[in-house]
Amino acid sequence: MAERVFMKGTEAIAEAAVRAGCRFFAGYPITPQNEIPEYMSRRLPEVGGQFVQGESEVASVNMLFGAASTGIRAMSSSSSTGISLYSEGVSFSASARVPIVYVNVGRGGPGIGAIQPAQQDYNQATKASGNGGFRMIVLAPSSVQECVDMVYEAFDLAAKYENPVLVLTDGVVGTMMEPVILPEMKTDEELASLRKKFEHRAIIGHPVGKQAVCRAGLMGSGQENVNIKAAAMYDDWDCEIRVEEYMMDDAELVIASYGISARICKAVINKLRKEGIKIGMIRPERISPFPYDTFAKLDPKKIKGLLDVEMSIPAQMIWDVKHVLNKDIPVRECLRSGGQLMTNNQVENAVRDLIKEVL
Amino acid sequence: MERNLMIAGFGGQGVMTMGKLLAQATCDSTDLNVTFFPSYGAAMRGGTANCYVVISDESIGAPSSTSVDDLIVMNEPSLDAFLGNLKENGVLFINSTIVKKKIDRKDVNLVEVPVTEMALDMGDPRVLNVIMLGAYIGYTDVVPTEVVLEGLHHKFKNKPDAIKLNDEAFQKGYEIGINAKKDR
Repeated sequence: MAERVFMKGTEAIAEAAVRAGCRFFAGYPITPQNEIPEYMSRRLPEVGGQFVQGESEVASVNMLFGAASTGIRAMSSSSSTGISLYSEGVSFSASARVPIVYVNVGRGGPGIGAIQPAQQDYNQATKASGNGGFRMIVLAPSSVQECVDMVYEAFDLAAKYENPVLVLTDGVVGTMMEPVILPEMKTDEELASLRKKFEHRAIIGHPVGKQAVCRAGLMGSGQENVNIKAAAMYDDWDCEIRVEEYMMDDAELVIASYGISARICKAVINKLRKEGIKIGMIRPERISPFPYDTFAKLDPKKIKGLLDVEMSIPAQMIWDVKHVLNKDIPVRECLRSGGQLMTNNQVENAVRDLIKEVL
Repeated sequence: MERNLMIAGFGGQGVMTMGKLLAQATCDSTDLNVTFFPSYGAAMRGGTANCYVVISDESIGAPSSTSVDDLIVMNEPSLDAFLGNLKENGVLFINSTIVKKKIDRKDVNLVEVPVTEMALDMGDPRVLNVIMLGAYIGYTDVVPTEVVLEGLHHKFKNKPDAIKLNDEAFQKGYEIGINAKKDR
């Protein structure tokens, strides 16, 4: 087995990207993800890659578009308000089906947001990362190891669907250090072979009227056809749902949570289980496509209450849960926001309140 | 069994280095789970800095806490800010050279280590954090001594003089820690 190394979340994200074959990174500084570009600026030249600190987010995202169009594995990272500035480019890359990996190390609210950790960008990540109703697969790591595994996987997903992919994390996972086991480095030969899929996008010479990347038209049925094709792809994403059902077999109470909050919930569940409290958790490891069926199948005869735990005020994932949850299951919230961190104690107290109310 | 530690002090006292050293050594030389979580934000030299280290043989939930088992305070502002975050029967390590305030909690165990003075006596004020780390390990035994010493030796692998100095600093702190535990 590979050796475990002690790494910061952001640096682990960067190293995992390099090992997955990322050879182009453009970005613009913003807390709390600056270690990603900093690491990339040093690491990418070592493997023959290119790093650019763009003059702005808008410039950076368009550089990504250019690089990734050629099949080069490309990534950028930013934080909340920076991701908003990316949104035009994100939408364009979805429209043109350019495989870019975006990483959002999220902040605490709208506008500038607090620079401290939060999960305030769920809706932006899963519903509208730009105009036009496109979708992305969105991965939500809850530990530094998952940052590594999910970023590594994100590049393959982007290439598989020729679609941008988003990794949504937060300043806790991003700034904390934990032991991780890193994946194998993809070889130059492997990367060359993976790139072949995108060769048809190259235009040799100047054939009149040939569009190799952006395939939508401004007039006629071109755009609708593009949208229909994209929708068909989204419909096929059931196979991409990843959800962890933790201690759900005999659960009477269920926590719905993701990312950093879910990891805190897990520690609390372990503690409460020792007291004989039958509690479990449903954690979407990918928040898009969302595991609706897992929540829809919850039986009110068995499940007496659901606690939604997010570092977001107002709660956001809760609407995806409520969308399909049986209406007889009471839903309560346990929330922090604006950079105030969720603690084990707060989740534990919220569970105890729920027990008093429903059991 | 999970044990969580908060370290707080002035920027420049080696608060982050101390936490990172303990966490890195735990990762490298044990099979335990460990997290290191630094405070961040608008920081400056001489301002306050703090970090958390959680060590556990089970999976770790939150890497920070408002109810810690152990608290190391390197200056008075940190005592004011974080004493309330220490659990009942928790252990409070203070830099007694500069933390002169009376500790207004009777339900915690106090370990006084005059690290600033000791480090100056040793001829290098920078080792104050290693003295404190020694005291922490001596008292809590959260990881074996060798784990931290290996970490220190790795950190200074190209500086034999620094290894000697840091070993000595660690040992001085360790004795204070282990004696404080005996007197408990």
